[in-house]
Amino acid sequence: MAHSMRINLKIWRQAGPDAPGRFETYAVEEANPHMSFLELLDVLNEQLIKEGKEPVEFDHDCREGICGSCGLVVNGVAHGPQKRTAVCQLHMRHYGDGDTIVVEPWRATAFPLIRDLVVDRSAFDRIMAAGGYVSVSTGNAPDANAVLISKVDAELAMDYASCIGCGASVAACPNASASLFTAAKVAQFAHLPQGHPERRRRVRSMVETMEAEGFGDCSNHAECEAVCPKGISISAIATMRREYMKAVLSGSD
Amino acid sequence: MAPVLDAKIPAGRLQDKWDNYKNSIKLVNPANKRKHTILVVGTGLAGGSAAATLAELGYNVKAFTILDSARRAHSIAAQGGINAAKNYPNDGDTIWRLFYDTIKGGDYRSREANVYRLAQVSNNIIDQCVAQGVPFAREYGGLLANRSFGGAQVERTFYARGQTGQQLLLGAYAAMSRQVAKGKIQMHTRSEMLDLVVIDGRARGIITRNLVTGEIERHLGDAVLLCTGGYGNVYYLSTNAKNCNVTAAWRAYRRGAYFGNPCFTQIHPTCIPVSGEYQSKLTLMSESLRNDGRVWVPKQPGDSRRPTEIPEEERDYFLERRYPSFGNLVPRDVASRNSKYVCDEGRGVGETQLAVYLDFADSIQRLGRNVIEERYGNLFEMYERITGENPYQVPMRIYPAVHYTMGGLWVDYELQSTIPGLFVLGEANFSDHGGNRLGASALMQGLADGYFVIPYSLGHYIAGSRIEAASTAHDAFEAAESEARGRIQKLLTIKGNRTVTEFHRDLGRIMWDNVGMSRTADGLRIAVDEIAALRDQFWQDVFVPGEPTTYNKNLEFAGRVADFLELGELMARDALIREESCGGHFREEFQSEDGEALRNDKDFTFVSAWQHNPDDIRKPTMHKEPLAFENVELTTRSYK
Ligand SMILES: Cc1cc2nc3c(=O)[nH]c(=O)nc-3n(C[C@H](O)[C@H](O)[C@H](O)COP(=O)(O)OP(=O)(O)OC[C@H]3O[C@@H](n4cnc5c(N)ncnc54)[C@H](O)[C@@H]3O)c2cc1C
Ligand code: FES
Repeated sequence: MAHSMRINLKIWRQAGPDAPGRFETYAVEEANPHMSFLELLDVLNEQLIKEGKEPVEFDHDCREGICGSCGLVVNGVAHGPQKRTAVCQLHMRHYGDGDTIVVEPWRATAFPLIRDLVVDRSAFDRIMAAGGYVSVSTGNAPDANAVLISKVDAELAMDYASCIGCGASVAACPNASASLFTAAKVAQFAHLPQGHPERRRRVRSMVETMEAEGFGDCSNHAECEAVCPKGISISAIATMRREYMKAVLSGSD
Repeated sequence: MAPVLDAKIPAGRLQDKWDNYKNSIKLVNPANKRKHTILVVGTGLAGGSAAATLAELGYNVKAFTILDSARRAHSIAAQGGINAAKNYPNDGDTIWRLFYDTIKGGDYRSREANVYRLAQVSNNIIDQCVAQGVPFAREYGGLLANRSFGGAQVERTFYARGQTGQQLLLGAYAAMSRQVAKGKIQMHTRSEMLDLVVIDGRARGIITRNLVTGEIERHLGDAVLLCTGGYGNVYYLSTNAKNCNVTAAWRAYRRGAYFGNPCFTQIHPTCIPVSGEYQSKLTLMSESLRNDGRVWVPKQPGDSRRPTEIPEEERDYFLERRYPSFGNLVPRDVASRNSKYVCDEGRGVGETQLAVYLDFADSIQRLGRNVIEERYGNLFEMYERITGENPYQVPMRIYPAVHYTMGGLWVDYELQSTIPGLFVLGEANFSDHGGNRLGASALMQGLADGYFVIPYSLGHYIAGSRIEAASTAHDAFEAAESEARGRIQKLLTIKGNRTVTEFHRDLGRIMWDNVGMSRTADGLRIAVDEIAALRDQFWQDVFVPGEPTTYNKNLEFAGRVADFLELGELMARDALIREESCGGHFREEFQSEDGEALRNDKDFTFVSAWQHNPDDIRKPTMHKEPLAFENVELTTRSYK
């Protein structure tokens, strides 16, 4: 059996959006190198419940890096130290006996805190509702092979489409910008013929909603790309800027 | 046959039934659609596609999800792909073949008419998704790529890398987002359905809990669509996401909807094994790995040498040995069961000895490491991330895990449950996969139900029924809300000694040991009683921390585990009455001399549909829906 280790945790606790927050310190004595980071929190929570204390709240669902529910800042880095990894896929073998780990929620004005490590990311849904779709009702579609798309474009579109909407990019950005998130969708469609007629309206509307939601501007820090669990490239942001300029200059819808 | 179990299969030739149905139904006048409110619970592939499509048609839709965004539904995790009978590769596929493979794969325990319709609309799904901008894999010429999947002899699976479910769901989510912007869908995120409201015999509303504020809300509608996914988490450990649950379906069952074939569960052979008590869920490794990996264990029980030190002649490639013609590619249930047997014999590998090897050494030698890397690179990386072992150097360790539930609420051809106005879509219903689901067919079913079936059958219901005016002040709302509040209060006041997770784990253990890959009458009887006892204990000794008025994950889970504790017993009962081995349901008493499943078509060609007994939850009534096979001949699956 893998030997167990002691992990010290400093975790942000906050009862609600308007309540004061603070760090609390805990120790998990029986951490195991094979367990995932969220399983470590599970073990901690079971321990807290047994001690009559309130467990730490955090969002999670798939625990395999695809749903985008989880999101923790681990020792100052969104999703923790492993590249291209959501925190639910991070395993404790990256830590040693006696290590102290600081855990915080995503911090951004546009992501109001709900409780402990849980934040409200519904602003992302509103950005999508502003234009992150192709206007095609069910039943209106031509044969799937009627339109050819080069493999290169399809692959590029897929690179951008793989965004899981976790919000790490916002948490990592010094300006709390949602540019990578918004741009990933714009860039996906920019590489596809579908939805072409509405591309100008789309980019304007999405960018304006992003600003209205209180996300900051992009000033090319590239912190977003560094923490993105899907490795989405900031080239998306250049594409979005280009698309946006074209849309604004054309002046029309 | 009891009138309530009329499956309402349309008349005519199998090929004409769906058209006949569409030609005969009543339609809702476009101007009238906006007078109707439809409650769609769940925003996965089934709920998302339904909500978007109904809103496009003009209905007012209220959609609900327990997660913080519609985009995060469990469908997002599907990897492999989605089937359709496009026959783009020109390799002989037809609608008939897709139908036939699905019916046969389901071991002849599903309805011909439903499955045929599924195959018929499969092609429209691909068209629709491409039009939405779903970036499916393509060939250099710009046409869509296909691959073979799950043992099919044709290449009919469309895919988007290993993220097909994600891309299809984001397509449906985008379609929903467009309707949200238009005000046609009102989206309720972090909102959990706690009960169904039935007024004058019709499903008219739901009770929900706002998972942030704890508020209990009432929602009234002209119809309710349950699209709440599968119940694999009754086993505690499964490949399902942590929040997958049976609560919505179970509450509907308790209000009178029948539960179909609850015991039919799919156990997937290639998952990463459990590493310790703290294990919270299991991760699926794509089935495609069995194309190039060889499954083996040591011949000698208790052989603790490293795999690379065990010489060839001391290894047992048990699938190749027992099934020479299919070898490592036998169907999911056969592979799973055989892995269990060798572990039961003490020949399992790894720390827990609950694993078998999946070895790529031969393929790497034959094809070269780069070919293997090209084919499975991302899967190997995922494996290494989780286990810390490099599968290019040491064989992977895999073990079966609960993956999908074929059972679900009973529905007729129109996807309507036994409660008028309550429709059930996607994995939450029992309809299309019989005893066993083929790979790449759940995504197909969810989207077929939502995009292409429900718009017709719901319209027919709305146009053809007298739905009386009602309000959320109705007694039925009052009663359902107060019951829901009562349950929450009770959960919080027990203040016992054991956590929700501890009870869930215990339930999982009983289920896995007795209602798992290999079942016996004795084991099932034990399970029925042990689950009932555990349920009593739960209601006396569970400890749920926190408040009802805040975000409280333990409280959410407590309600779900309480429902799993009732469902588990019903699953065991269903498995007990089904005295045959079929699909994912293997009864040890019913096997051939060489250990293969023995189906009993004479006595068990039916769907078991269970009705709740409000006087005694332990005495449900079973109804039968006989299955008629008029177009296919029932054959025995053989993979020797
Ligand atoms: C790891 C994995 C890989 C898979 N790969 C494939 C594949 O390659 N091909 C394939 O065809 N199938 C695959 N499947 C199966 C397939 O993904 C699922 O069967 C399918 O996606 C289920 O879709 P659904 O819409 O019915 O439910 P889900 O996607 O599970 O959605 C359920 C929805 O209901 C909501 N909900 C649940 N309970 C409540 C409640 N009480 N109140 C309010 N909302 C509620 C949830 O929030 C969610 O929005 C895979 C499954 C797994 C686990
Ligand atoms: S829990 Fe789904 S991405 Fe982490």
